[in-house]
Amino acid sequence: MTISIRSVEKKFGRYPALNKVDLEIADGELLALLGPSGSGKTTLLRTIAGLEFPDAGQVLFDGEDVTFASAAARRVGFVFQQYALFKHMTVAKNIAFGLDVRKGGDKRSKDEIARRVEDLLKLVELEGLGKRYPSQLSGGQRQRVALSRALAVQPSVLLLDEPFGALDATVRKSLRRELRRVHDATGVTTIFVTHDQEEALELADRVAILNQGRIEQLGTPDQVHDHPETAFVCGFVGEANRFEGHVSGGRFAAGSVTLPAAGAADGPAVAFVRPHDLVLDDAGFEVRVERAHVQGPLTAVSATTLDGRRLDISAARADAARFTGSVKLSARKAHVYAA
Amino acid sequence: MGVTVTVLSLIVLIPLSAVVLKAAEQSPAEFWAVATSERALAAYRLSFGAAFVAAAINGVFGVLTAWVLVRYDFPLKTVVNALVDLPFALPTAVAGIALATLYAPTGWVGQFLTPLGIKAAYNPVGVVIALAFIGLPFVVRTIEPVLRDAAADVEEAAASLGASRIQTIIRIVAPALAPAWLTGFAMAFARGVGEYGSVIFIAGNMPYKSEIAPLLIIIQLEQFEYARAATIAVVMLAVSFTMLLVINAVQAWARRFD
Repeated sequence: MTISIRSVEKKFGRYPALNKVDLEIADGELLALLGPSGSGKTTLLRTIAGLEFPDAGQVLFDGEDVTFASAAARRVGFVFQQYALFKHMTVAKNIAFGLDVRKGGDKRSKDEIARRVEDLLKLVELEGLGKRYPSQLSGGQRQRVALSRALAVQPSVLLLDEPFGALDATVRKSLRRELRRVHDATGVTTIFVTHDQEEALELADRVAILNQGRIEQLGTPDQVHDHPETAFVCGFVGEANRFEGHVSGGRFAAGSVTLPAAGAADGPAVAFVRPHDLVLDDAGFEVRVERAHVQGPLTAVSATTLDGRRLDISAARADAARFTGSVKLSARKAHVYAA
Repeated sequence: MGVTVTVLSLIVLIPLSAVVLKAAEQSPAEFWAVATSERALAAYRLSFGAAFVAAAINGVFGVLTAWVLVRYDFPLKTVVNALVDLPFALPTAVAGIALATLYAPTGWVGQFLTPLGIKAAYNPVGVVIALAFIGLPFVVRTIEPVLRDAAADVEEAAASLGASRIQTIIRIVAPALAPAWLTGFAMAFARGVGEYGSVIFIAGNMPYKSEIAPLLIIIQLEQFEYARAATIAVVMLAVSFTMLLVINAVQAWARRFD
């Protein structure tokens, strides 16, 4: 199922939640909608689902206009942030619900539904828990039930709203892999919303970064991380030190800090440097090291520049001893945007 | 635990056992004769029957009221919200006089019912009206928080899975509300059985027809027939207690998923 979003706009009162959003999603793709809260990512997901209807623009599924079709008519599987399980039904009944409510020619026999429920429980590794109630499950297990309930109706597209938001870090990690595995096993086009860049970069084929109701950048995780197109994306994806200053003659300067800015136009600008792009260099600018601590194979260094700006540097463990007192640094690479 | 038992004993158990002891002053035959006299039976029927009908009416309209209060915004909502609590706060005699005036054949409402052949005061219908008035807030206020907590996403989930609006209400919303609904129903019913002040003004209080059991107890007391009064009280106690036990059991079943 390919999905096309064309100039979709949506306002809540006078607050624009979506501002002329265009997006093409390929068949079988796993796409992340990444952005801070209030960026419109959930509204976009709900618009694709048919739980929200746009004020202007179109939503196409396989070229067919479904802009005002209901969620059920679109055959979407939706996984809610708080799972939205039916707590008075057993796990098996929850999963079977979408098949149980069918009428007429679509109706499935009891045996068929029971088999499908078993298959799905196996898929999300919850065999034997079909008779439990949601209140008897852990958060991670509830999320798996929500996922298999959405998959039971064989949706044309699977939509997940902050699927791992309410879970603790370890469960989150394992469920992420689980979602990837389920996606690869079913091949269903999948879109999920998250504010966690790590999650988006790890899981998705492509990431759409939203800010204030617009898509700032759409690309593979590598593209958005290594080649951010806007200052917002650069600041939001990956860690970065941010400087406000001026560009002149291909160099960016902010106080004592100078950074390479080849190709950037002269004038006021914002620059971002990744912590791992800062290296020791006797010809560089001076900083005072405040603290250095181990971070896996790396050393994370906090420093301040001569004019008091805070800096994060990430260096090889072998160089840890050299980060004491005053050191000189330069940036291998900086992302510079006209302010 | 000790405090609970002490308070419960002082406030509930000791007075209730006093009633039982008082009733026990009679011989079993006397007790049985008083408890099952024609007039007493009619009074039980009216008290429990009218309380049940009123609680059932509130079961329907209380849910609608709670639904509207939770799901919709409208002008004067705070006023309507406060009005729902009025039966809690109003002295019951005031409510009874007001209702009797409204529903009397010449009253504001009664005058329109009389041509239709409906007599809404001074008969069992009047009793039901009074009890429905008294019981409404119990249902509304127990349903409301549950309805507010029942996140809209559960209904959206059902809709996205292909359920129609009616299927969603029957299979998702209603079962989630059932335990709170039963609680509200039980409280409205219990209150209705014990209600006195608001009923006696509108009931007409004709023996065998529109005389409620609490009134019968008062009448016996006024005639210094303390044992007889206690007898009727014991019967009401037993029936009420049994009904509440049954409702609690049903509730526990409806909550089995928690």
